[in-house]
Parts: sequence; structure tokens; C-alpha cells
Amino acid sequence: MSKTIMTVDDSASVRQMVAFTLKGAGYQVLEAGDGRDALNKLNGAGVQMVITDLNMPNMNGLELIKALRAKPECKFMPIVFLTTESQAEKKTEAKAAGATGWIVKPFKPEQLLAVVKKVLG
Amino acid sequence: MDHQQAAYKVEAYELLSELETSLLELEQTPDNKDLVDRVFRAMHTIKGSGAMFGFDEIAAFTHDVETVFDRVRDGHIPVTTHLVNLALSARDQIKAMLDGTADADRGTGIIEGFRALPAPAADTAPAAAAPATADPEDRAAAAGDEQIFRICFAPHADLFASGTNPLALLDELAELGSCRVVAHTDRLPEPAAFDPEQCYLRWDVLLSTDQGLDAVKDVFIFAEDGCDLSIDLLAQGPAADDALPRLGEILVARGDVTPAMVEKVVQEQKRLGQLLVDAQAVRPEQVCAALAEQQFLEQTRRKCDPPAAAASVRVAAEKLDALVNLVGELVTVQARLSQKAVTDRDPELLAITEVVERLTAELRDHVLSVRMLPIETAFTKLRRLVRDLSGELGKSIELHTEGGETELDKTVIEQLNDPLVHILRNSIDHGIETPEQRRAAGKPPQGTIRIQAEHSGANVLIRIADDGAGIDPERIRAKAVAKGLLASDAEKSDKELLQMVFLPGFSTAGTVTSVSGRGVGMDVVKRSLEALRGGIEINSEKDRGTTITLKLPLTLAIIDGLLVQIGAEKFVLPLASVEACVELTRQDVADAHGRNILNIRDRLVPYIPLRERFAVAGAPPAIEQVVINQVDDHQVGIVVDRVIGEHQIVIKTMNTLYKDVQEISGATILGDGTVALILDVQQLIHGLDQAA
Repeated sequence: MSKTIMTVDDSASVRQMVAFTLKGAGYQVLEAGDGRDALNKLNGAGVQMVITDLNMPNMNGLELIKALRAKPECKFMPIVFLTTESQAEKKTEAKAAGATGWIVKPFKPEQLLAVVKKVLG
Repeated sequence: MDHQQAAYKVEAYELLSELETSLLELEQTPDNKDLVDRVFRAMHTIKGSGAMFGFDEIAAFTHDVETVFDRVRDGHIPVTTHLVNLALSARDQIKAMLDGTADADRGTGIIEGFRALPAPAADTAPAAAAPATADPEDRAAAAGDEQIFRICFAPHADLFASGTNPLALLDELAELGSCRVVAHTDRLPEPAAFDPEQCYLRWDVLLSTDQGLDAVKDVFIFAEDGCDLSIDLLAQGPAADDALPRLGEILVARGDVTPAMVEKVVQEQKRLGQLLVDAQAVRPEQVCAALAEQQFLEQTRRKCDPPAAAASVRVAAEKLDALVNLVGELVTVQARLSQKAVTDRDPELLAITEVVERLTAELRDHVLSVRMLPIETAFTKLRRLVRDLSGELGKSIELHTEGGETELDKTVIEQLNDPLVHILRNSIDHGIETPEQRRAAGKPPQGTIRIQAEHSGANVLIRIADDGAGIDPERIRAKAVAKGLLASDAEKSDKELLQMVFLPGFSTAGTVTSVSGRGVGMDVVKRSLEALRGGIEINSEKDRGTTITLKLPLTLAIIDGLLVQIGAEKFVLPLASVEACVELTRQDVADAHGRNILNIRDRLVPYIPLRERFAVAGAPPAIEQVVINQVDDHQVGIVVDRVIGEHQIVIKTMNTLYKDVQEISGATILGDGTVALILDVQQLIHGLDQAA
């Protein structure tokens, strides 16, 4: 059974790129437009990993990470966030909120896959 | 001496083909230092052993080439197409010298070509010295980057809360090189206090890798904040000749114990590890970890020691063939033994035969796998073909190969060469257009041919796709009508028209060139593939390109077959093409009014009564069996008296006296010692076509 990954981003093009890359590598992909959308779509979807942007309307990435970690089924799930280079304090904040790792934008498909493989095993 | 000279020749031919591959790759990536090194090494070995075995001319000739490549290695001469051309012709010249068909003038010409290169080699004196210094460098480059790291990875208790899986990290380390992991359980609490959401374990990892420190650090990039991590370089390269560190030294270096403490216990002259534990200086796990480290260092060093030659053994192909034959015999005898055990109902014998059966199957798989070669060997020759031919025709063509590591039986690969060459020639000559035509059609001026090999069940698929002009079905129709192969008003789909290129004597090229289109066309290719029990398929889109798919069996020696019986005779049908078995009653025959057609699931399927075809005496049973075979998109039934069952079949080739019997592809010996003939279903059906 292929693993399901959720990509959370307010930019449709980023979601599309992430989804296209992951599907190409055999993963199933769920898309969400912001944190709130993500939480709504998560229930019972069997998601095994979340890739989220940090800056989003309604509920941003940091809040999403905290909300996810509070849910028993997401407590130990890999969560990777997207960040632009050299946002050092954002990185620490997100890590403190419980993020597993990060991907620096802009990234290439192979970098994305490498990170997914790394945290998903 | 003759024997040694023969061995040198074998080695030299291999080096030459490696040289060719390297040169062609070098042309694509002129900056690749590794490739230049490889070219140099190949030349150097050819020269060195050539002089040793009395091939002085080869040695002298290669010397000049090697000199040039030494300069290339130093960066004094750039890698250009001209240089690669010269080197390739030099390679051909060396091959001709080995074959004894060399033309001395040509050799001189090549040497002069090399001498005329910019920044000519400062003549022979320094160059002659170069090989002597080259060897140690080579060895350093080949194995020098291996480093051994000690990684102490102690995750914080809350590591899981960040979604990090420490096992994934350890797996990732293991992918970098050979590694040895020791887990420390000292932080584990009493069961009552155990919290499954906390990480109590820590690990010591010894990793031998050539990827460098950064790659190791990258593994922990996300986990850095969540753990205590130390990465130490223990040893650089395998060449260190000093004594291995002793246990005490390792413990001290790891900060687990002080030197004074070690000194103290060594005085007592017992086993050091036990003593340290007794003295409560260290815990047993710490000693275990240190011992593991010592062992690992030892192993790594042993692994890096020179006798790498033992890793592979060169064996003559005939010996392998003999081995496969013997295993075939063994499988047959084992089948007899199993049959005997079953009829005798002897439980003791039955138990033994089961073991024999398992061992035989394992032995068979191993022996067959030894005969497997990566298909890359066939691809290499094609690269040269594409390069030379496209140059000759003034076309620019790039060849991509994928799946070169796919393994196929040696015999299959050998017989695959001609069909592949033929198909490629067609692609290059008729498929890919000239750069001007391509530009006019809005395509990139450089054509692409893609060869992919992949596994598909018990078969290997090889796909040859070009992005050329494709085949125009209407031209095939016109041609077929002109040749009288098709009625002018015949209705044929494009797909059916495409299949006509496999008809004997068919060639669509307007003019016959030196390259292809000599009339010996795709029908020969198709026949040679069928002889390998494979198949061929063609797909083409006008202006978009042509894709040809070859389907080949993994091995030719042992297949799964369906054993059937007619009268007292037994026959084998290859199971790969069998679709179903159905009954044929007298009523069915009567219903078809004398035509050999059967209604199966509302489809009309023609059948061949094998009893009539092979003129087996006697009357058929009241209910006969029809084995439905799938051949080239058609279903065809073969009528037999009885279907016995599935059998592992060891194929024996028939004496050449029988080579004209097309319906029989071979024979096999059954468990009871009788012989069964293996039917070539494709030929059986072709025979039917021709008779109709």
C-alpha cells in the first residue's frame, strides 16, 4: 500500500508541484489550502506525513503543526515545513512546535523526494 | 606460453571494449577525470602486459597513445572529439594487431595524428617514467577515500515528539557504506516506569564510507537539535599500517574510562574488558561497543587488503554450459526419485526426496543465475554503431540506454545482438531524419534513440524507440500491393498494415542503401526472436517515431511446460503461451460440420488436431482435450488425448538431423526416463497458415 502525504500550501502551483512529484514517486497525495482546511481533511484520511507551508491565511503552518501534535494519531507523524532560505528564527520556532524537518524553497523535485524518503523511511 | 598469450588476448579484448565505452562516455563528458583515468589505465595495462607476453608491437604502439593520455590526465591536452576519434581508431588498430590483421601504415598514421596534437608530449623520456609513478596514484584514487567514522547518537527522550524515526536515520547511515550498530540499553527504566512515548535507547555506529563527513552529517540534519551527536573520524583510508588500536585505547579515546584506570587493571593481567567491568569503571555494554569497534576496524582493513582478485573468478563458458547440462540431468533424476517415492509410499524415502527436491531447485536457480549477464554488454556495441553510422549518414543522433543492469541468459544476449543491430540500423537509416528535415518538421535537430530493458514476469522487455519520421501505413499498403502481398482493395487497419513489415521480402525504403534496406528485413529479426521463444511488436506514429518492443525469455535452459499425451506419445507445450484447457466431445466436432473450429466463451477458436497432424496411430478417446494457446493476439487450440500436468522442463537440443522439423523445438527427459518432444506452438500455427 502506498503511503499518503498531505501537502498544505495556499499557493496552488506549489501544491501542484509537490503533488506531481510525490505521485510520480508512487505516493498518494492529499491537498489542502491552509491549516484549517488541512485539519478538516485529515480526519480518517490515513495521512502518514504532512508537508506544510508556514505563511498561510486562516491558520498558518506553526499553528497547524501545534494542532497536529495535539492530536493523538498525529503525535509522532513526520511533519515537514517549507521555508525560504535563512529564516533562522522561523526554523527554530517550527522545530519547537514539533516539526520533523524542513525544505528550503525554491527546491527541486529530487530534493523534495530525498527529504520525504528521509523522514518517512 | 601460448596459453598465457591466449589469456592476454582475452584480457586485452575485454580492456578494449571497456576502453571503447569509456571513450564514448568521455566524449559526452570531457571533464570527467575518472574516465580519463580509466582510459589511461586500460592503455597502460594493454601496454604493460603486451610487453610481458611478447606482443612488442602492441606495446610500442600503445605506448605512444598512453603518453598522450598521460598528458590529458595532467590537463595539458584537452579532451576533444578529434582526440576521441583518434583514440577510437587507435583502439581499433590495437584490436587489429591482436587479430593479426593490422595495417602498419594505418598505425603510423594514427601515431602521427597523436603527435600532431597541441602541446605535444615532451617526447619519450619523461613519458616512459610516467607509468612507474602512475600505479600508486591509481590505487589511491580507487580506494583512498574510504573513511571510518564513529557516530555516537544519543537521542533526547522526547525525540519521537518531533516525528523523527531514529531507525530511519540508522537505515540511512547503512546506505552510505558498511556499518555496524551497537545499541545501548543503559537508559532503559524499570518496566513500571517505562513510557512508550519516550526514546530510551542510544546507538554507537561504526561506518565505513567513501561519501565523506558531510554526507554523514546530512543524515542527522533534522535531528541535530533532538539528540546528542558526536561524529569522529577514526581512520582514513585502508593503507594505515600501524597496529590496530587496543581495547583500552578505544575506551580511553571514547572518554569511557581514564588511562590511569586502564593502567591499574592491566597490572592484574586478566581479560581487560572483564576487569574494567569488575572494577565498575565501565558497564558491560560499553565494553561490547568497544569490542565491536575493534572488530569492525579489523574487518574493514581486511576487506581493503589487496587480494581483491578473489572476489571474482574467470571461468570458461563451456564449463558453465556443462554445469547447466548437469543440473538439468539432476533435475530429471530428482523427478524420477520423487515419482518412485510417491509410488512406493515410503515415508522415509519421501522425506529425503523432499530435501533433494529443495536442494536441486536451489542449485538450479544458482547455476542459472551464474549464466546471467547484464544486457549492458549488448548495449555497448550499439553505442559505437550509432555513433559511426550517424556520422556516416550526416545525422545527429543521441542514444540513451536504460536498464542496462537487467540480466539475461548469456545465450539469449549473444543471439540478441544481430536483431538489435538490425533494428537500430533501420532506425538510424529510415527513422531519424536529417537535421534539416527535422528542423523543418519543428523537431530538435538531434534525433534520439532510446533503448530500455526491463523485467516483466518471466520475460525481459527491450524497447527501442526513436523520435524519427515513423512509418506511414499508406506507404506500407502501396508497397504491399505493388509486391502482390495484399489485394488493392483489402481493408486493413493501420495496426495490421504495420505488422506487414514482418513479412518476408518486405522493405519500404525508397532506395537501397549500404546500411539497410537490402530486403533481408524485419522478417529475419522476427524469426530469430521466435527462435529464442520471444516475440516482437511494432508501434509507429507518422512524424512522431517508431517503437519496437522485443520480448525475451529470461533463460533458455529450463522452462515451465504443460505435459500432454497423444496415444503413447508425450509432448510438452511451453506453459507461457497456454491460456486454458477445455474438453472437445464428439458432439462439438459434429456441430462444427467438419471445420476445426470450437466455440469458447462465444469466440470462435480454430484448433489443430495433433493426432492427425503427427499421424499418431489409433483412435482418439471419446472426450479429447484442447489446450488453448495465445500466439500473436490469436487464440489457437491444440487437440490432445490427455493433459497430464505442469512440469519443470529441462530443454535438450535435438540433433542437427532434426533441424528441419520446425514444429519441434527440442526434447526433454521425463521422470520415468522417457523422452517428450517440446512443441513449437508458433511454428505449428504458421504451418497451418501456409497450408490454408
